[in-house]
Amino acid sequence: MSERAISITLFLAFVVATLGITWWASKQTQTAADFYAAGRRIKGWQNGIAISGDYMSAASFLGIAGLISLNGYDGFLYSVGFLVAWLVVLLLVAELLRNSGKYTMADVLAFRMRQRPVRTAASLSTLGVSLVYLIAQMVGAGALIALLLGLSGDTAKIAAIVGVGILMVIYVTVGGMIGTTWVQIVKAVLLMAGATILSIVVLAKFGFSVNAMFNEAAANSGKGQAFLNPGLLYKNKTDLISLGLALVLGTAGLPHILIRFYTVPTAKAARSSVNWAIGIIGSFYILTTFLGFGAAALLSSARVRAANPGGNMAAPLLAQEVGGALFLAFIAAVAFATILAVVAGLTITASSSFAHDFYANVIRKGDRDEKGEVRVAKVSAYVIGAAAIGLSILFRNQNVAFLVGLAFAVAASANLPTILFSLYWKRFNTTGAVAGIYTGLISSLLLVALGPELMKDNAIFPLTNPGIVSIPLGFLGAWIGTLVSREPASEEMYEELRVRALTGLGAEEAVQH
Amino acid sequence: MARDVDDVRPDPPHKGSAAEAVGQDPDLEELQRRHRGFVFPATLFTLVFYMALILAAAYAPGFMSKKVAGAINVAYLFALAQFVMTFIIAYLYTRFAQRTFDPLARALLAKLHARQGDAR
Repeated sequence: MSERAISITLFLAFVVATLGITWWASKQTQTAADFYAAGRRIKGWQNGIAISGDYMSAASFLGIAGLISLNGYDGFLYSVGFLVAWLVVLLLVAELLRNSGKYTMADVLAFRMRQRPVRTAASLSTLGVSLVYLIAQMVGAGALIALLLGLSGDTAKIAAIVGVGILMVIYVTVGGMIGTTWVQIVKAVLLMAGATILSIVVLAKFGFSVNAMFNEAAANSGKGQAFLNPGLLYKNKTDLISLGLALVLGTAGLPHILIRFYTVPTAKAARSSVNWAIGIIGSFYILTTFLGFGAAALLSSARVRAANPGGNMAAPLLAQEVGGALFLAFIAAVAFATILAVVAGLTITASSSFAHDFYANVIRKGDRDEKGEVRVAKVSAYVIGAAAIGLSILFRNQNVAFLVGLAFAVAASANLPTILFSLYWKRFNTTGAVAGIYTGLISSLLLVALGPELMKDNAIFPLTNPGIVSIPLGFLGAWIGTLVSREPASEEMYEELRVRALTGLGAEEAVQH
Repeated sequence: MARDVDDVRPDPPHKGSAAEAVGQDPDLEELQRRHRGFVFPATLFTLVFYMALILAAAYAPGFMSKKVAGAINVAYLFALAQFVMTFIIAYLYTRFAQRTFDPLARALLAKLHARQGDAR
């Protein structure tokens, strides 16, 4: 069999297996809580693995390996930020959110506020963050499939984007959160296995001496020891700090990560999910050292750049170099699985938010018809799928890591301030929440539109990542908005919120069948 | 005055609600004080330690490129230290939660259930 045939066979095996899971999950899905939150029956460790599958995206696997292989040490800073961010989730958000929300991020934000303005704003920022993230993954999928299957040109890219879009809509509309969860678990296991085997084979080439690998990477990079020092990728110091802030503060504001905490029965299970996720994600990001520096040591940078200017093909090429066609096919299938699991998580997040926040609570003004709500969620999954396909085709040549960094910046600017103030500040109110979300959302998107990535040499704003300006603006908007108005009802409801958040009183438990 | 549709809140405080049951319970204040007493300083430490790496990468290239053992330099070890820091803080938080926070939260919850009587 040719390597292309092996790649296609492995990829199809994954698709068939996950469609099987989806069909099985559809039998388990009866209520709205099943569809949105997997009936809250996922165990802590299972959710930890699923979170890892939800979080480690094409940007983590392909993107970071590529950045390190071309730019050395600076690329590794992505790995560090992506991991340390989990402490913010663990310490400040996970357990309190589990106890005070139901299905969406907006449940927590709107708990003590006027429903319609806050849910409208939260739903918009959920859609915004999820769509940007979705486009990043689908653009990555397009490039990957075109390259790995040896198909050239736009048609292959577009076909790949459409295929991924159709699959993710099937996972979500048929399998709901139960199906999505198990697709993410299977993917996380595959990704960890792939990254571990590849790292061991690479290290074996250097007699298991990390030192020898670093020296060879430095020599082969053509940049010498500077390759191991900071400074090759980020020439602009402020831009580095801006990206660093967005990475460490963004995770706790990513809606598709936050809603995973609703799938477990208790706050303690939410805590153990994060601990499992930190263990798995931390191990993975340590392995990116061997994938990235290994690729720098064993491949010529010209070869990596020729396959993809951003370096996204470094890990698959490394697999081919050390393990031949079969290994390349395996790593390519792992990369497809990685993308599919992440886009499924993003699609269910965006469609849940539209149905639960916007349709049920804004348009229908909160009448409790959960069956109708789930129908709307499924219809919106089709619409979001179609929109994501269209936008991804439009942005198909955009840099993937840039798009993910942008999603983190929007999440940190628009969502995090309101989440933290809702949970910790009694005086916080509707005006503050709405002002915080819109200030963060608009400033981050506007600064990117005016920045060098889109406006090139005519850029009005000098930084590629808007975080250093838009994150403080989001906090400032929420703070000033709060101070200009008083809302006794919100302060009264804060008492209710903190009792529930801290003790778990009244929190929804596992749904029994 | 009729409530504005915009003003619908999920569960306004009523008799038997959590806030009503707990009143001004000193145990709730103690629980919140213990929680914030751990998570706020731990978050602050995390962010300071992390930003120290980012700032050193930006402004202290000489220090970061010092070799420690063979090709391994301060920059790489400082980045690895972030992983170790993450694992240690997650461990310390979990230990705090299990030893201090969970028992207090459980006791308060039992008291609330008792006070709410057959509300559940």
